[in-house]
Amino acid sequence: MNEKDVMLLEDTFKKFYFEHFDLLHVPENPELREFGFQKFNGGMNRHITLKSDKELHLLLMQNKPSDVYCSNACYRFPNLPMTEKDWLNADLIFDIDAKDLRKTHPVKNSLIKCSNCDQISNLSDSCPNCQSTKLGVITLTCSDCIKATKDEVKKLNQILIDDLGINPQSIEIFFSGNEGFHIYVPKSEYQEIGSKERAEISDYIMFRGAIPETFGFKRFNLNKSSLPKFEDDGWNGKLAKQLYGTKSNRPKILQQVISGGYSLFQKRLEEFRQIIGVKIDPNVTNDIHRIFRLPGSINSKSGLTKIFVDDLDKFDPYTDACHIDDEKINVNANCPITFTLKNKKFGPYKNETVSLPKFAAIYMICKGIASTT
Amino acid sequence: MVNLGSDEIIKYPFLDEAGKYLSDKGFSLEDFATNADLKKIVESAFERITTAIDGRIYKSDLTTNNSSTTNEIFSFLIAVILLKLSGMNTLTRRFSLAEARRAEKFLETDLKNQQNTRNAKISLEILQELFSVTIQKEDEYFTIPIADYLKHSVNFHEREWKLINRKILHGKVQLTSHETVRLVRKELDRYIFLKINSSSSPQMIQGFESYVTKLKTLAKKFEVKTVESTEYPPCIKHAIEVLEKGENLSHSGRFLLATFLLNKGQTVEQIAPLFKNAPDYNEKVTRYQLNQLSGTSGTTQYKCPSCEKVKSQNLCFPIPDCDPIINPIQFGRKRI
Repeated sequence: MNEKDVMLLEDTFKKFYFEHFDLLHVPENPELREFGFQKFNGGMNRHITLKSDKELHLLLMQNKPSDVYCSNACYRFPNLPMTEKDWLNADLIFDIDAKDLRKTHPVKNSLIKCSNCDQISNLSDSCPNCQSTKLGVITLTCSDCIKATKDEVKKLNQILIDDLGINPQSIEIFFSGNEGFHIYVPKSEYQEIGSKERAEISDYIMFRGAIPETFGFKRFNLNKSSLPKFEDDGWNGKLAKQLYGTKSNRPKILQQVISGGYSLFQKRLEEFRQIIGVKIDPNVTNDIHRIFRLPGSINSKSGLTKIFVDDLDKFDPYTDACHIDDEKINVNANCPITFTLKNKKFGPYKNETVSLPKFAAIYMICKGIASTT
Repeated sequence: MVNLGSDEIIKYPFLDEAGKYLSDKGFSLEDFATNADLKKIVESAFERITTAIDGRIYKSDLTTNNSSTTNEIFSFLIAVILLKLSGMNTLTRRFSLAEARRAEKFLETDLKNQQNTRNAKISLEILQELFSVTIQKEDEYFTIPIADYLKHSVNFHEREWKLINRKILHGKVQLTSHETVRLVRKELDRYIFLKINSSSSPQMIQGFESYVTKLKTLAKKFEVKTVESTEYPPCIKHAIEVLEKGENLSHSGRFLLATFLLNKGQTVEQIAPLFKNAPDYNEKVTRYQLNQLSGTSGTTQYKCPSCEKVKSQNLCFPIPDCDPIINPIQFGRKRI
């Protein structure tokens, strides 16, 4: 990113933070947390301790960071190197991101940027300018993608409550600031479990590693009554609904399932994983030393804010998380598709100078499709 | 400490109460070499070890008359002495596993037999005290909090122990009495092994020499020789292929490849060129990260992630040769 863009983003982010200190808080037990931040065009600064909101606000003003992070873990010595931190526990966290949900990029909302010649074009397998296949895909605002991630969040919530026994009041949902949601479960009975144990929870939530025997399908002496029923708890009930569709279908489908044999059922379980499994990013949940984007901070991938979501159904990230002002600024925009922010439609722009509200200009600069020069 | 009677000490002789039983009787180790009655116990102790070495479970006489109680408890304690004198770790490992499986049977019977409230209570207490597992009886199941379950089950490689393959409801895993006890087998084994290992080694006792010599001979058959092929496992081949094609290999894929090769003894200089084709290749960053992983610039040398972890990152492409391994680094290693 060029220097002028960096200066604009730094000043805009700083102004936002200055005007929205009320959104930025250190979490509970701040003295036990590791904080970190990144600067535009800079590396990661980690192993920082902050004891209060005031110290956090000072860091934001002094460093003008592009991104701010805080550990989900608590350590006895959070500012020491990783091996000396003395890990105590960590909140259970989940990341549901639109990029992990889609099999293909949404054509109307995606662009390609060539790593070879920097050309920005409509979605394609190769660069129309230099034919290179080294491409970066940029996804812009996409309501369908957000709707899909919300559905996954709801599926996750249900499993956390019904199966993992988590109190619904303890589940906190945040918009990630880009294309997904971060779900926190602080102070649960899972606080002290390690990475391997969390990987098991991830697999459970993703419906990964299921074997036919779990659903009563044995290689020999198969008993029909042991196969999943609609009223079963946990995955059995969910699988039954997916497998039979309706209760009246059960006898017919059961017969098909049984005659298909063990291996086919195992294969079908794999297919069901794609449908009924929750598409969390397991690397986030399994990592007990992660520094996770701080709620209230801006995501430099978009210029949108990571904010608490009170009512998931009503929440619209492209209005509710877009906090930058609408002062007009000129940018050179290169965006062959349209996108919608704060209920306003922008684009297409054919490598041209346009005057845009700052929130849209910042969004495009963060996405790498506009520049002040 | 769980309050045990002598019949329970017979079942669980590795608990602290057994040592107390020995001191209460006032015998010295030398008595076992000289006293004719006690000599029989040394014979039983040796048999207890050889049974374990054969992979069988030592059958106990649970009649609680004085002589059988003494024999049962002391045969365990003397077996420990013989193992310590032999210094053969491989035998101690086999012995502790067999003793764990023996105790497991008693624990399971006691758990199942809820009519005998004292036995059922003691088995739950042992599980709670030794392994911090809080188990409750609910209808026909035993339930255990998921977090507790996971702390134990993550050590199992069989798929049926994965959380996804368990019945869970409202934060608890439902288990049968057999599964409940099976869950702590490894820890029970480890508990007994550590207990034996941490006990002090006595001086050789007259009368024990022949048993110790026999044990040393027996241990020799467990020496294992292995050969290793130079072929890479499919996950590593895949990672290399992705990089060769100039495609983007995920962070976890790069971590896997680098730690695998470092653990196989390759140097940072040998590995760095592999990443040259990566779309975001930066020589300085690559070298910095490889140095971090190799431990040359930090304090930790990172290990190659387990097959389980690789699987969870969608980087595993198993072939039949992968069946017996739990870490890519073990690929191609065969016993001869």
